[in-house]
Amino acid sequence: MSVVNQGYKGAVLEVHNLSSSYNRKPVLWDIDFRLEAAQLVGIVGPNGSGKTTLLRNIMGLMEADSGYVRLFGKNLNEVREKVSYVPQRESVDWQFPVSVREVVEMGRYRPKNLMKRLGAQDHDLVDQALEKVGMLEYAQRQIGQLSGGQQQRVFLARALAQNADLYLMDEPFVGVDAATEDAILKVLSDLRDQGKTVVIVHHDLQTAYQYFDSMVLLNTRLVAYGPRDKVFTRDYLQEAYGGRLTVLSKLSQVIASSEFPVREKGFKEKSGLGDAAD
Amino acid sequence: MLQISNWWIYDSSLWLVAGGTFLLSVSAAVVGGFTFLQKRSLVGDAVAHSILPGVAIAFLFSGEKDPWWLMLGALISGWLSLILMDYLNKRTKLSNDTAIASVLSVFFGVGILLLTYIQQSASGEQSGLDDFLFGQAAAMRSHDLYIYGGLALVLIAATIAFYKEFKLLSFNPEFAQSIGLPVNFLRILLNSLMVLAIALGIQAVGVVLMAALLITPAAAARNYSDGLRAMLWISALIAGFSAITGTLISFSAPSMPTGPWIVVCLSIIALLSLFLAPGKGMLARMLMQRKHQRKITDENVLKAFYHLGERQGNLAAWYGLKDLEAVRDFEAGVIPKAIRRLLRKGHLLRQSERYQFSRAGLDEARRIVRLHRLWEMYLNQRLRLKADHIHPNAETMEHIISPEIEAQLLEELDYPERDPHQSPIPYRS
Repeated sequence: MSVVNQGYKGAVLEVHNLSSSYNRKPVLWDIDFRLEAAQLVGIVGPNGSGKTTLLRNIMGLMEADSGYVRLFGKNLNEVREKVSYVPQRESVDWQFPVSVREVVEMGRYRPKNLMKRLGAQDHDLVDQALEKVGMLEYAQRQIGQLSGGQQQRVFLARALAQNADLYLMDEPFVGVDAATEDAILKVLSDLRDQGKTVVIVHHDLQTAYQYFDSMVLLNTRLVAYGPRDKVFTRDYLQEAYGGRLTVLSKLSQVIASSEFPVREKGFKEKSGLGDAAD
Repeated sequence: MLQISNWWIYDSSLWLVAGGTFLLSVSAAVVGGFTFLQKRSLVGDAVAHSILPGVAIAFLFSGEKDPWWLMLGALISGWLSLILMDYLNKRTKLSNDTAIASVLSVFFGVGILLLTYIQQSASGEQSGLDDFLFGQAAAMRSHDLYIYGGLALVLIAATIAFYKEFKLLSFNPEFAQSIGLPVNFLRILLNSLMVLAIALGIQAVGVVLMAALLITPAAAARNYSDGLRAMLWISALIAGFSAITGTLISFSAPSMPTGPWIVVCLSIIALLSLFLAPGKGMLARMLMQRKHQRKITDENVLKAFYHLGERQGNLAAWYGLKDLEAVRDFEAGVIPKAIRRLLRKGHLLRQSERYQFSRAGLDEARRIVRLHRLWEMYLNQRLRLKADHIHPNAETMEHIISPEIEAQLLEELDYPERDPHQSPIPYRS
């Protein structure tokens, strides 16, 4: 297999001073990191450490309190077709009356083909995506009749059908059988070998080290990021999974329960100057 | 006599009304399919009730029942209620159902107030309270019907045009947003179509019964199909059929209301669907359960005969039912029925109240005992369960294991000779 040159040298994903809150409760404080192309990246951290919130912020599904995100050096809206997002499996109703094939076809929907039918090329890509995850023979099944692992494969196939360069996945390994885990990992490694970047939210420390090339270790703030051997150290893990940030979570409670703003008005515009003045 | 009782069928206004209610019902069913799948049935009901004040104000403004004015009023007041529900839900601590209920009751209350005022003060063209509450299909003039029918067609066309996007929006809105679809535009469009469908539908069935027209067809159709396209077609069919049937019934006798009859037809179809739909209906599931229960009993009886034969060292002997009870406790009264079924299937032979395996019956009994003992073996070897713990766990599994699973079991266990209790595992003779 030939390695596709992405022709992009800078950081594939840059998160700059990102702070975000959920239900008025701050869950991300000043996250700042850059990811290079062609690797499997794990976003790792304990429950409630803001992993999903980070992903949703990158995809523009929620508004940040401060900071910004750049994908391929650009705003998300300019590069949407190069980015694929796989939400958590539990986020949809699997009793919905659609077939496996119809879900994967959704990966070919584009703002520019609004109201139009999909073309022959789209259908070919859907077939290929289904074949890659081993779900082609289930194409006509209603999605509710699938096992958890198969449902996750359908979501993966939909992402493959998008033919993106950057994949952002929220917990793709939760509730899947061993065979599916291997299959998913194989597909993701292939993507990496083609020069694509895969970012995965993952909560299981046991498997994180063996799955990923790099890691972003998160616990409300950024603990560490970089190659797995640099991040996977006793100290960093202790910092992320060990003692809670009691003062910070108390402050979060106050912000959530009273009417304090998370960021003061005007702070955004002048943040550069303020930092310099420090 | 025949002529007298049939003359109403040829009434041209009947078919005009039937055509109108047909289009209104079908359009409501098609749009309502998405409302149903988005689990927004209650929102639909609230919007229907909330349209009342808009219609009343439009009537006060125009002084007559002009369809364009009424639609405009309905749309504005329907949308207001949607926005208000959304706002209450997001910005206050009220839960979703409370927000819906409060908006419904406030809007409906104001609507009734206005209608009462209209009824007491309006001169000339009097519009009855009942018309708005329960529909006025039969009273519609042809001019109105053309307008409402035309709008219904527009509604259906718009839903077909955006079918693909509405499907994604209803299934996984976050993904739709992530690929850059204009999610806000699509939401507003789908909501507008819903409000319009409701505003049209209340002409046929009125404010109070509108939710039935919106939701019931989809709820009934869901029992017949696992695909969205088929579900929408079936719900359109159900709605259209109910509209025409309801209209016919209401015209068959004097002063029978059309809207309520349409809803009655819809409800009957929906109820029947819940019970009778093949595969998913309650009846189908009950039959399936009974079938499984019988299969289990039959197989247990065969197994008991086999155990009996094993104990006596003679599988080909004749045994009575008393002997059977020595091997296994059966529920009272099930054995005679099971024996009758086994005789009919040719699994047992009978001679003056004593029974013997037929060749097919013996094969079947071997299969069941084999599956049971293989499963015990599997539990013992793979799950490391102790030999004295596995019997209850293995029970019932032998009724479920399919030939494919059996082949897999055999391969994994490498065709064992004896089970963990040292009983022989019977293969084909």
